[in-house]
Amino acid sequence: MAGVWLIPLLPLASALLLILSTGKMPRQLVALLGAGSVGLAAICVALLARDFLADGEVRQLTLWTWLAVGEFTPRIAFYIDGLTVVMMSVITGVGFLIHLYSIEFMWDDESICRYFAYMNLFVAAMLVLVMADNLLLLYLGWEGVGLCSYLLVGFWYRDPANGRAARKAFIVTRVGDTAMALGLFLLFTELGTLDIQPMLVAANSHWQVGDSLPILATALLLGGAVGKSAQLPLHTWLPDAMAGPTPVSALIHAATMVTAGVYLIARTFGLFLLAPPTQEAVAWIGLLTLLLAAFAALAQSDIKRILAYSTISQIGYMFLALGVGAYASGIFHLVTHAFFKALLFLAAGAVIHCLHHEHNIFRMGGLRTRLPVIFWSFLIGSAALAALPFTSGFYSKDAILLSAWEIPGIGPWLWAGGLLGAMLTGIYSFRLVFVVFFGSAHTEPDRQPGWKMATPLIVLCVLSLLGGLLVLPLSGVFPPAAHPAASHAVEYISIGTPLLGLLLAYLLFLGRQLSIDTLADGPLGRGLSDLWLKGWRIDQLYDAVWVRPYLGLSHWWRNEPVDRIYNALVSLCQWAHHRLCALQTGQLRWYATSMVFGLVLLVAIMLRNAT
Amino acid sequence: MSMAVLILMLLGGGLLAWQSERIHPDLPRWTALATVIVALVFLLVSLPPEQPTLPTDPRGTGDWLLHLKLAWMPRFGIALELALDGLSLLLLVLTLLLGLIAIASSWSEIDFKPGLFQANLLWTLAGVCGVFLAVDMFLFFLFWEVMLIPMYLLIAIWGHENKTYAATKFFIFTQASGLLMLLAIVVLAWQGLAASGRLSFSYFDLLGLTLDPRLGWWTMLGFFLAFTVKLPAFPFHTWLPDAHTQAPTAGSVLLAGILLKTGAYGLLRFCIPLFPEASLQFAPIAMGLGVAGVIYGAVLAFAQSDFKRLVAYSSVSHMGFVLLGLYAWNQLALQGAVMQMVAHGISTAALFMLAGALQQRLHTRDMGRMGGLWHQAPRMGACAMFFAVASLGLPGLGNFVAEFLVLLGLFAVQPWLAALAALGLITAAIYSLWMMQQTFQGSPDEQRKLADFDVREMLAMGTMVVALVWLGLYPQPVLDLAQPVIDSLQHLVPSDNAVVALAPGAAVNKP
Repeated sequence: MAGVWLIPLLPLASALLLILSTGKMPRQLVALLGAGSVGLAAICVALLARDFLADGEVRQLTLWTWLAVGEFTPRIAFYIDGLTVVMMSVITGVGFLIHLYSIEFMWDDESICRYFAYMNLFVAAMLVLVMADNLLLLYLGWEGVGLCSYLLVGFWYRDPANGRAARKAFIVTRVGDTAMALGLFLLFTELGTLDIQPMLVAANSHWQVGDSLPILATALLLGGAVGKSAQLPLHTWLPDAMAGPTPVSALIHAATMVTAGVYLIARTFGLFLLAPPTQEAVAWIGLLTLLLAAFAALAQSDIKRILAYSTISQIGYMFLALGVGAYASGIFHLVTHAFFKALLFLAAGAVIHCLHHEHNIFRMGGLRTRLPVIFWSFLIGSAALAALPFTSGFYSKDAILLSAWEIPGIGPWLWAGGLLGAMLTGIYSFRLVFVVFFGSAHTEPDRQPGWKMATPLIVLCVLSLLGGLLVLPLSGVFPPAAHPAASHAVEYISIGTPLLGLLLAYLLFLGRQLSIDTLADGPLGRGLSDLWLKGWRIDQLYDAVWVRPYLGLSHWWRNEPVDRIYNALVSLCQWAHHRLCALQTGQLRWYATSMVFGLVLLVAIMLRNAT
Repeated sequence: MSMAVLILMLLGGGLLAWQSERIHPDLPRWTALATVIVALVFLLVSLPPEQPTLPTDPRGTGDWLLHLKLAWMPRFGIALELALDGLSLLLLVLTLLLGLIAIASSWSEIDFKPGLFQANLLWTLAGVCGVFLAVDMFLFFLFWEVMLIPMYLLIAIWGHENKTYAATKFFIFTQASGLLMLLAIVVLAWQGLAASGRLSFSYFDLLGLTLDPRLGWWTMLGFFLAFTVKLPAFPFHTWLPDAHTQAPTAGSVLLAGILLKTGAYGLLRFCIPLFPEASLQFAPIAMGLGVAGVIYGAVLAFAQSDFKRLVAYSSVSHMGFVLLGLYAWNQLALQGAVMQMVAHGISTAALFMLAGALQQRLHTRDMGRMGGLWHQAPRMGACAMFFAVASLGLPGLGNFVAEFLVLLGLFAVQPWLAALAALGLITAAIYSLWMMQQTFQGSPDEQRKLADFDVREMLAMGTMVVALVWLGLYPQPVLDLAQPVIDSLQHLVPSDNAVVALAPGAAVNKP
């Protein structure tokens, strides 16, 4: 299909139109344009995917040469293989559902036009990110989605807390982006190109496995990936980013943008294969993140923050998959996660929408009968998140754990850690379900979701349940994975652990056979739950190590220390001026005396020179 | 001849605008506007269809499009010699374009002696055009001074509360460093006389002069100081925050948009080509100053509460990239430096115009007294957001292309320095977003009345938006215009030189 360029252009054009209308467009038209453009793009992607599945050919399209300076000739060009098609389908498919949902969710907001403009711009940038044929264009999309994330997190700009969260999101990811930019400099300087496919070929011919340069280059790219994908140590921005409207969290901070880091590593996996230490670091970062975030999710009481930590944790699984070389499984989990996490966020948004903007789960409760559609959505989403058997999350997570088991040496450790995470996932996701939808009601809903909100929920429910049966066209992209040959015991344990989590959650939060209060009341329990609530106090650490010193430095320099040098010069001149002025007394005897002395001095010098 | 006509046109237009005030107080700005438009059109139509090469320089100084030499003081080897190549053309177009923006931005701001104001504005433009065209060193120095005096008057007469201090500081810094340059020019001409027996101030005669290394070093330093004070580079930048803050809007636009570029242009056109060996030796120090400027400027920008001061310090930071690019001295970095001159000129001019518009409406530059302005002025907010993200280097806009090329080129030469300078990407995000938070975001003061941008202002802003997007997505025309100059710079150093040999592509042949 030749009109591939149309796919990112549709949402981009719509975003420009919405911006140029400066908010004067009627609401209906805004909704039509905003959701319609993404819907059209989704149809185009579906056509493209059909063609691709039929012939499996990689499609390349060059629009123009961006700039040409000597050897450096990045182009505005697209490269579309199986991985790209998968990503594009998720972005436009899930993206369209979220846009549709947004129409109802944002209908009463006075800035709905601005909202859809940013959302469409985001979809365009995200499409450019995954379609880019070179790393510079990818970087354009990468920063573009970061900007849209900033704009949408701070969408309700009147509250300074939202602005703070938005800035934090942008600046923390910018730290990673800067590392990534350095990685780009290194790759270009060493390999002479940033076009991804030629670059991977050049890397293979220039570098041996384990050379220091590929390790450095991949470590820098990894810096970008952990920033964007909210992995340790740059994960702190994501829980705060929940300040944005909930559909934004569903689209950007669950389904698409935060998985860009996973995409980046998968896209450049050829480099990572040359750098085993970085590859291993990816796995460990993933494992550590998935555990820390899962623990933090246990202690949260804000419905969106629970989901945010859960997102960090699930992306940890994807990193784990990338780290153990199970690229296809990682991408598979990315796709199923996009379904069920978007579902959960949209369902949570519906709860918030129907309960007068209530975020605290302990002020909800008993919503099972009052909001049935949302309840079933949430239940299905949680089941998939917890990877209960036969849901989509089960297939993808199971594949990752089994691949981790296969790794010689560290494999069983990674597997065990992942398993612990799976149990925690079961606990926190069903804690959410039991607390919000069972028990006694604390807040009455004042409305029911309409069809624009319900339809996306139902479609995503189906995808979350059946998405595990999808076969992604990734065989031409990644090296064929070794068939997991784990023993049946390992497999049964993998299946059983989430159920154990579910059981624990039941005992703790619904059946109350185990008292959560006794657990949390001891000194250890209190300390831990406080630590987890504050996300392991990493924010406090960064505040002390980075934010305060920077504020101190800028305060210290505030009054321009360099100017003191020039002011000293000025003072010197003034001082000399006053001294010299003092000579000019106006008294004749003083002038006469100085003249005589001067003459004597002159004669003395002349005599001395004469001899 | 057309180059001389261009300068005369601007000088004459200034006189006309000054006198037209007697007829009607609105007439000066219309006269000024017409003058600049006519000058811009005249410049574009008077370009020759083909590119004749001027073969006067043994080392090959690139492709000159126009050349003019009239006798002036033959006894001293001083001539009215003007020449135009791609780089000068680029900067001339930028100058005239931002001249239009400056006139538009001060359209309703000036009540006191509007005629003289517009005259000074046009004379500044004339001086800048002269600087970009002169290839006789004496004439160059003359224009260097010509652009200084009307700018001094703009600040001293139409500036804000602390204008005298700022104007004097600006004048002394520029004048003192200009004196050093004059000395260096005389020494250079003297050396030329000693070498060839003929006194000449022509750039083409002085190029390729072999100098005693020690003398060359000191002479180079004279030029370097004059240009880096103007650029401005750390630690010679302290005049700039005061001058920018106190100047009237049009003055800030001209200062940031084009006067700073004369410093970069001087380095690129004169300092490096005239003293390649000394410059090469000096490159590490210059790059160190560049990095220091990038970081220092960004940290101080964040510390400011005055909108214009913040933008002024961000200029210090951005111009640090220019210095880095020039002395990294390979094709990528040099192209990046030229690109930064253009992109920064536009983005900063826009931010100053915005600051001026806010000051005119709110009577304050203190960001502590702003906040939530988006609510009252969404068009202003959108423009501010656009130029704030341009200034933090968002890909797709001109500033990104510039900074990326500079860093990419620098990385090949000095990877650690590039890593350090890349911190500027983070710090730029911090101050730009903080600026947005303090002004347009946050909770609005419902009582405050704030008129949004009108058609005139949106037209000016729109032009700059389009220009930055164009530079960001298809910068090739600009790169092509600058390419000959950059080629000639690369020929200046022996090819086995460490700096150039490390250029990208050369390092591919590793095991």
